[in-house]
Amino acid sequence: MVNLWRIEIMPAPGQVDHEGDRLARDAEEMGLAGPWSLRARRGFLVEGNLSESDAQRIGDEVLRDPVVEVARVCPVDGTSDPHEPGAVVHVFPRPGVTDPEAESASVLLREVGFDVANVRTIRTYLVEGPTDSLTSLVNRLLANDAVEQAVVGPLNLDHLGQGDRYAFRRVEVPIRGLGDDALMAISRSGQLSLSLAEMRTIQAHFDAIGREPTDCELETLAQTWSEHCSHKTLKGRISFDGRTIDNLLKETIFGATMKLKSDWLVSVFSDNAGVVRFDDEHDVCFKVETHNHPSAIDPYGGSNTGLGGVIRDALGTGLGAKPIANTDVFCVAAPDLDPSCVPPGVLHPRRILKGVVAGVRDYGNRMGIPTVNGALAVDPGYLSNPLVFCGTVGVLPRGMATKRVEPGDRIVAMGGRTGRDGIHGATFSSAELTAHSETVSGGAVQIGNAITEKMVLDVIVQARDRGLFRSITDCGAGGFSSAVGEMGAELGAEVELSRAPLKYAGLSYTEIWISEAQERMVLAVPPEKWPELQELCRSENVEATDLGEFVDTGRLILRYEGELVGDLSMEFLHEGRPTVVREATWKCPPVESPMAPHPYNYTNELISILGHWDVCSKEWIVRQYDHEVQARTVVKPLVGVGDEGPGDASIVLPVRGSTRGLAIGCGINPRYGKIDPYAMAACVIDEAIRNVVAVGADPERIAILDNFCWGNTERPETLGSLVLAAEACRDVSLAYRTPFISGKDSLNNEYSHEGRSLSIPPTLLISAIGIVPDVRKAVTMDLKGEGNALYLLGKTLPELGGSLWAESKGRTGGAVPDVDLNQAPGIFRSLHQAMQAGLVRSCHDLSEGGLAVALAEMAIAGGLGVRVKLDRSLFEPDWDLPFLILFSESPTRFLIEVAPENTSRLEETLSNGPLTRIGEVVSNPRLVVEGWQDSRVLIDASLQVLRDAWLRPLRW
Amino acid sequence: MAEPRAIVLRAPGTNCEEETAAAWERAGASVEVWHVGRLIESPAELDAFQILTLPGGFSYGDDLGAGKILATRLGTVLGESLRRFHDRGGLVLGICNGFQVLVRAGLLPGGLGTGGARATLARNDSGRFESRWVRLATRPGVSPFLDDEIGPVIELPVAHGEGRFVTGTRAELDAMERSGQVVLRYADAEGRPTESYPENPNGSPGAVAGVCDPTGRIFGLMPHPERFVDPWHHPRWTRTPGVTGDGLRLFSAAVRALRA
Repeated sequence: MVNLWRIEIMPAPGQVDHEGDRLARDAEEMGLAGPWSLRARRGFLVEGNLSESDAQRIGDEVLRDPVVEVARVCPVDGTSDPHEPGAVVHVFPRPGVTDPEAESASVLLREVGFDVANVRTIRTYLVEGPTDSLTSLVNRLLANDAVEQAVVGPLNLDHLGQGDRYAFRRVEVPIRGLGDDALMAISRSGQLSLSLAEMRTIQAHFDAIGREPTDCELETLAQTWSEHCSHKTLKGRISFDGRTIDNLLKETIFGATMKLKSDWLVSVFSDNAGVVRFDDEHDVCFKVETHNHPSAIDPYGGSNTGLGGVIRDALGTGLGAKPIANTDVFCVAAPDLDPSCVPPGVLHPRRILKGVVAGVRDYGNRMGIPTVNGALAVDPGYLSNPLVFCGTVGVLPRGMATKRVEPGDRIVAMGGRTGRDGIHGATFSSAELTAHSETVSGGAVQIGNAITEKMVLDVIVQARDRGLFRSITDCGAGGFSSAVGEMGAELGAEVELSRAPLKYAGLSYTEIWISEAQERMVLAVPPEKWPELQELCRSENVEATDLGEFVDTGRLILRYEGELVGDLSMEFLHEGRPTVVREATWKCPPVESPMAPHPYNYTNELISILGHWDVCSKEWIVRQYDHEVQARTVVKPLVGVGDEGPGDASIVLPVRGSTRGLAIGCGINPRYGKIDPYAMAACVIDEAIRNVVAVGADPERIAILDNFCWGNTERPETLGSLVLAAEACRDVSLAYRTPFISGKDSLNNEYSHEGRSLSIPPTLLISAIGIVPDVRKAVTMDLKGEGNALYLLGKTLPELGGSLWAESKGRTGGAVPDVDLNQAPGIFRSLHQAMQAGLVRSCHDLSEGGLAVALAEMAIAGGLGVRVKLDRSLFEPDWDLPFLILFSESPTRFLIEVAPENTSRLEETLSNGPLTRIGEVVSNPRLVVEGWQDSRVLIDASLQVLRDAWLRPLRW
Repeated sequence: MAEPRAIVLRAPGTNCEEETAAAWERAGASVEVWHVGRLIESPAELDAFQILTLPGGFSYGDDLGAGKILATRLGTVLGESLRRFHDRGGLVLGICNGFQVLVRAGLLPGGLGTGGARATLARNDSGRFESRWVRLATRPGVSPFLDDEIGPVIELPVAHGEGRFVTGTRAELDAMERSGQVVLRYADAEGRPTESYPENPNGSPGAVAGVCDPTGRIFGLMPHPERFVDPWHHPRWTRTPGVTGDGLRLFSAAVRALRA
């Protein structure tokens, strides 16, 4: 007889309920009127041929930890539990949502002899607090409505739903003869995000072939033509204040790389990640992706699958790269924002930050890939539209960076099963968020299972080395439709959709085709290799399925149980999209002076800037990531005497046994972007390069990635700012001889509320990898020894526009720092020479907060004091206010610590300067900066005070 | 004796097998990495090895508790060959998730078939996963993994969310301490065992970081010795001349013991 039981597991008497305590804290932080007392219990709904005593044994012997937990069997028949005070809230995954722990439980329970049919996880909360806020608590904290179901009160269930079976019905969408309004109505109601021009083109195409499209064909076109997949804006035609740009990407970023022709580039802008040569036997690849809109709705799931997706980009690069490092960058509004300022439908920034950190943590740590570099950028413009960037570096043997598909190759799907999760992710990420996004787009949230992906990784590396496949790509946005469509673009493909393994019954052929269920890869497998690949998959418990064949017909044929449901020409699919023509314009905002009343002493200014979200210690984030798994990380994200200094970049060893390293760093600055997108782009490229050069990367061997996150580029001024940023990328890339190797754009980062559209600040993330010839010469930023000399390398100009100084004074305008394209490359080169010669004891780049912040960070990291005397020669004759030199954010500057015996050699090596000796390292733990006039003290603070200010904001 | 043979067992979700195998190689063992499924199909193959290692990671996703599923499989399917392996002097090392597996399988702290103390690795007191370097006070003498060359204090990284070693009763912990089974303890700057955070990263009572069974041949620890093999693995190598790989010494001691 089949019964359903709920087995509840709770801390044993005397054990702390961490989860309950954490939630109670979170509730108060979110401004939910309390006081709250919460008890959290995990649990399982177990269905099978089980008596109550079986269920109790399952709890006691299998599901609980016998030392610190107790288990009990609870009713699910609607009766309430008299022993529990307060409200009871149950939360469990919606039917069809991936529930990996439940899957594991059902396998294990069967293995140890219980007759179990189905299992689902459930969390139960006992809540004491104000009843009228309970609903808010449930919706905002305990359950995520996109993927979970919450029941307040007793649970009344008689079985676990499994979804209904699917009855095949071929669906046509009549579009021939429709007018413009009707076409757009179809695009909107189907969440296709196709423009009118695109709908008309599709209509004309089907008119010409004399039939209506099927739903599946229309979806395939919508996915392939989406902004997310085709980057139609950056590749489209732009009319910019009278000038015509045929293809912005080709004319700027990609064009610069082509012009540079660096002989160490292996594969650029053509695969899932850019590939460069690492040593004689290995290449490395790097890619960074965004996952903004899903993270706005479900921060944990969004960043979790964002990282999972970019890891698959590495797996799907060439014939498969092994991921060796991850990066993550988050842009949010201030985490201490007054909760009443958060618009409806938007999650509080603190909840978003906690969620996205947890998502990256759980995916990266579980995959066993160290998360080694990142950044946090805080700006009010990210309130309704946070940004989440995740990156992965991979390593692959040389000669494995290219792939091809041959007619007759089998189309093999590997990894996770297909479910309804993530339907319309590609078109959703190209649309604006609204207050209703949570309800409209719930299906667009994907659910990750890192262990499945780790198992796929284990198979792919072995299969690659045994030559079992000819081509591979990941299922990302658009699912099978994009993966198969891209792989077969030059040939053709025939797919039998009913063969795809499903998580549960009930998916239509179209849902199977466009599902963005995670952890899936598509491979082109020569038929003679298929049995060996199947055997390998079996031995690793990884599911692999033959979905069809690549064919030399130029057509994409889709069938379900043999019935034709799609027949598209590959040419129309990939080349048929009408060119987008967009208007762009740009007007420089009026330059205001950021000058503000300034004090006599700057200690308090420094303390306040050290506590800015962008500057403060990120230890709370970094320590949650396993940044050392794989034992490759030789310069860690946190450095110095207390393992807490903010390293400029991390270094990993891609090849075990070799001391050749790879430095990983990044640059981002939304404040500059709001004032001057060209200068912003130049500055963040410079910052990314500075960061990797500061730890020892060879400036001649740095490759960079672009990630553009912009607002709605249908507004000409928004597009104009994008054009300027792209042009800066071209100019700096050429001047520095630093090629872009891959990139991604995410447009339409806007949020509509009450008819008003809120756009994010123009945001460009530049991520850099640079080769460190010998990591034993790597340099960290922590001060090393008393008596060492401190030098400032690079020129300081009165550039305070967009600086943290200006922000702290409430000034918004001013000139954004300008990169000196002629001087900067020489500075990077000579600094690298000095490092190679062993002259540099520590080195730190100057970025947000300028000289003052860099000095404080080096001192904190080294546990040593600094005595600085500013020299008149640092200043231009016509400006002599100390705050300009202390807080200017002029780029291409470094602080360098040198042992006394090496100062003359250093001065010689850096003779092209500008180099100024500014002070020395002292044992007294204070930062003291004197001006040039009558030894006036500008800053004087103990390290303790500086450190506290710097640690406080994110000490969560 | 020639090079000892080490088997590093991986399961779905194991993720430290490569560097663990590399550490054994550096220490002078010959090493093979096996999927647990392969060993389950032919358990007798374990007889060819002298060292069994369960590396770190999230075996089976840590579903149902860290290490739980692999522990259940080790117990039910491999119990007999494990006993044979241990009886003939084989060494067993569990690192992080591998330690969790050994504890859940009952191999630690009591040892095979002796009953002994009940223990678990519970959630960190901090309530979250943390990576950081720790100092460890050593107690050489009982386990072949810690010989006299280990030194009184070593440094290693930890990276876990569930590492608080808890026994059923405090008396059980006291008994383990008396018998010398608590071989690694989180220590403060002066090298004294500590229960205070963050020197003790998870709040383990008695500062327990690593334990062995009464024979010393089964050894489990939360820190990751395979991550400190070369000087540049150390977080402060750029400011501390002359650091050497503390982690490697645990592997080397085991190899020396088997060769003796």
